[in-house]
Amino acid sequence: MTAGLEHYLTVSALLFGLGLYAVLTRRNAVALLMGVELILNAASLNFVAFARFVDGGVDGHIVAIFVIVLAAAEAAVALAIVLAMFRNFGTVNVDSVNRLKR
Amino acid sequence: MGGDLVFYGFALLTVLSGFFVVASRNIVHAAFSLLFTLFGVAGLYAQLGADFLAVTQTIVYIGGILVLVVFAVMMTRIPRADAPRRGLDRAVPAAILALLAFALIYMVIVGTRWPQRATGAPEATVAEIGTSLMTRFVFPFEYASLVLLAALVGAAILIRERAPQDDPADADDPAGNGEVRS
Repeated sequence: MTAGLEHYLTVSALLFGLGLYAVLTRRNAVALLMGVELILNAASLNFVAFARFVDGGVDGHIVAIFVIVLAAAEAAVALAIVLAMFRNFGTVNVDSVNRLKR
Repeated sequence: MGGDLVFYGFALLTVLSGFFVVASRNIVHAAFSLLFTLFGVAGLYAQLGADFLAVTQTIVYIGGILVLVVFAVMMTRIPRADAPRRGLDRAVPAAILALLAFALIYMVIVGTRWPQRATGAPEATVAEIGTSLMTRFVFPFEYASLVLLAALVGAAILIRERAPQDDPADADDPAGNGEVRS
């Protein structure tokens, strides 16, 4: 069976499910971020697949490029927060950093 | 067909290594699995005729973001006793939720009649992407550069070491360096 739109969408849905599971279960902030990266990749894969099989232009590619740019910005800020968190609390466990709650 | 074999290879690489990213207890192993996931997605982009995007994914994600992640892993390494443990109490509901999300999306994928067009051989996209970025998408393009600048300056301020005491601005505003001190 030749690989069509549905195949790519299925791979993307699998990636999204894995990323969602990582975001829900991981307690290490860096691992949490990896789950977010998986979800972002799943979304861009959808955009590119639709650009190839439905739209035909490069608009989907451009959205995917913007996703990559924003992922880079997000990773830089999030990892800076993780380092600041580690310096101030001595842990990267997202469950134990809850001072605002108390 | 050879192309399909390549597709299934990259899809398998992506999903399997994505599974290891999620399942691995060792954060370093997860980071290196993420490398293969991102590479697999780059391969899928290439299969979809998105040549420029495949290269961008490889350079920015694997060469940039992943290195950043590995650095963060190295700098926040904690002794094993304090390693974050994953409780079964949240793994089971999370697995059910993730499976439900996947099932829902899969039902939509299979149940929808997508308006597909005939796909020919993929063409080079670099020129078209460049033209679009400079014409129709020029404002998002400029905003993206602003966002990147602001994010990187913010990140640098956030992880700056505490300023020396003789800095008058710092004495006036101890919280001005953006750090949260306990």
